[in-house]
Amino acid sequence: MSILVDKNTRLLVQGITGRTGTFHTLQAVEYGTRVVSGVTPGRGGEEVEGIPVFNTVCEAVEKTGANASVVYVPPRFAADAVLEAAVGGLELVICITEGIPVLDMARVMKTLKSEHPGTRLVGPNCPGVITPGECKIGIMPGYIHSPGTIGVVSRSGTLTYEAVHQLSEVGLGQSTCLGIGGDPIIGTMFVDALKLFEEDPSTKGVLMIGEIGGTAEEEAAEYISASMSKPVAAFIAGRGAPPGKRMGHAGAIISGGKGTAPEKVAALEAAGAQVALTPDQLGQTMAGMLSSEG
Amino acid sequence: MKIHEYQAKEVLAAAGLPVPRGKAVETVDDAVAVAEDLGGSLWVVKAQIHAGGRGKGGGVKLASSLDEVREHSEAILGMQLVTPQTGPEGREVKKVLIVEACDIASEFYAGIVLDRQLGLPVLMVSAEGGMDIEEVAASTPEKIFKASFDPTEGLAVEDGRSLAGRLGLEGGLLDEMGELLQKLARCFLDTDASLAEINPLVRTTDDGLLALDAKFSFDDNALFRHPEIKEYRDPAEEDPLETRAAEFGLSYIKLDGDIGCMVNGAGLAMATLDIIKHFGGEAANFLDVGGGATTEKVTEAFKIILEDADVKAILVNIFGGIMKCDVIAEGIIEAAETIELRVPVVVRLEGTNVQRGRELLEASGLELISAPGLPEAVRKVVEQAQGGGGS
Repeated sequence: MSILVDKNTRLLVQGITGRTGTFHTLQAVEYGTRVVSGVTPGRGGEEVEGIPVFNTVCEAVEKTGANASVVYVPPRFAADAVLEAAVGGLELVICITEGIPVLDMARVMKTLKSEHPGTRLVGPNCPGVITPGECKIGIMPGYIHSPGTIGVVSRSGTLTYEAVHQLSEVGLGQSTCLGIGGDPIIGTMFVDALKLFEEDPSTKGVLMIGEIGGTAEEEAAEYISASMSKPVAAFIAGRGAPPGKRMGHAGAIISGGKGTAPEKVAALEAAGAQVALTPDQLGQTMAGMLSSEG
Repeated sequence: MKIHEYQAKEVLAAAGLPVPRGKAVETVDDAVAVAEDLGGSLWVVKAQIHAGGRGKGGGVKLASSLDEVREHSEAILGMQLVTPQTGPEGREVKKVLIVEACDIASEFYAGIVLDRQLGLPVLMVSAEGGMDIEEVAASTPEKIFKASFDPTEGLAVEDGRSLAGRLGLEGGLLDEMGELLQKLARCFLDTDASLAEINPLVRTTDDGLLALDAKFSFDDNALFRHPEIKEYRDPAEEDPLETRAAEFGLSYIKLDGDIGCMVNGAGLAMATLDIIKHFGGEAANFLDVGGGATTEKVTEAFKIILEDADVKAILVNIFGGIMKCDVIAEGIIEAAETIELRVPVVVRLEGTNVQRGRELLEASGLELISAPGLPEAVRKVVEQAQGGGGS
């Protein structure tokens, strides 16, 4: 069991013929992900390592029965690619692309909400989603993950790998690891991810990795306090960040005195989550919570 | 990307919003000439730097004669203007904006930002114009009125009118304000702005509306479709190292400490700054070399870090994923061989092929301090910066 993706996921890769798309498609296939088709406009009829390429998502879905897509399309075309996937009827679209104009994403989210409520977008600007041992979609290194019962949700990439690595070191495998992305407007927020993990019987605890900027962590804290029965361990990156400076991620900026790490830590702690003080304590904090739960 | 006030007013004027007459100049003589051209008997001399709070630092002066325009321009041009947003070193003023003064009946605030939770732009107005809007939001949030708007359609007519009504306007002025707010929203969308602010937006004593001060910033990711806005870039307002880093695809931000950092991934880079602070050190910079930390990028990253004279030690913290640790180790070695590392370098590698990576560093004969764990690496680099530093 897991959330969002598993061994039955039939993946379509948008932008499969690009360098990044091809590279990560091969990595995914090697991991065991069922990659059934790819889409690159104008390249229909070709193959990438035996995977058929189509001109449109609709055609690819019709011919290959894809039910999820991953987007490796360059930033200026990525918003359209996400919408095309929604029009094609896909339930899950994972957008890896970094650098998409934020108003493009605002338009995408507005259209998804009103016209394609059945499509869930993860990302953009995220590492992707992996259910260890079953399905890897995205750019994360597969081998650091191990199957288990911890759900991981994070705004960042390498910091998530760090977290997964630490979990594996303390003997905790993962049900599903989900990178939600570092942009200001993203398809799946912490609250959505926590809800999915709460409903997933195989997930026993959640490790949540947030960062400065916005109020998504505070909203997550409200949800944890009101509706979450499973233990949540957390970390907030950016305690030492000065206000007004964008720390790499477009979403990671303290502006107008809002979005500071202390506010987020306080909200999460008040909701009953345990927050690791330093990034080397992620695995231990989760393990500690599970053992105190008995 | 941020722009100057005079540029923001050009953006507003192009979108059909009312702005005071005026011009930005670089010399005192030009300032006086502009004032003379504008005519009238009252002008405002305004320092043009990207930071806010200019008035508090003496960068905005009222002049009631051409002599005063000269006097104030002389004082402001070339000064190191210190405001609450510049830091103690201040910012050199290279341009002043000379505008006609007007008689103000009342001051409003209008601003647009992105609401991340809604995923939509939100227009905010308040009758408490001219004040620090963040302070208004914190102490009297009921005095701020908001309406989100469609990212394609813009602000609805009724929402513009309703906000204008909330500001206490009636009749023709209400119509005028409603339209102005709609134009501001349209301008925000058409320019891919991330912030559009008019503060104060004034009602003059002869019942006109004027954008007396304006502030814009734009989405860097959308600049490719706005060449006219890209033109507004002022490199003098940017940190040269940050600009150079960006050219190499590195995300670098100068900070105040003495420990240089090179990390892959923004989240891990932030977390690295946190743990340095936790162990009593202060980072000299944020630096994300990105997922694909190539030799070229690592070399450039070292160079940029080392240009900061405050740096006494460097911490390299890499979690190798798809980009394997041995490849990164080779990059570090090659970089270290081509540039002189004048300070101790602590390297922490983890992830794919870590063993091979560590062996390569060991065998390189370079004076790199290797540390297997993150806390250990941070302890070592703090120690080096505080005591053992230098070579």
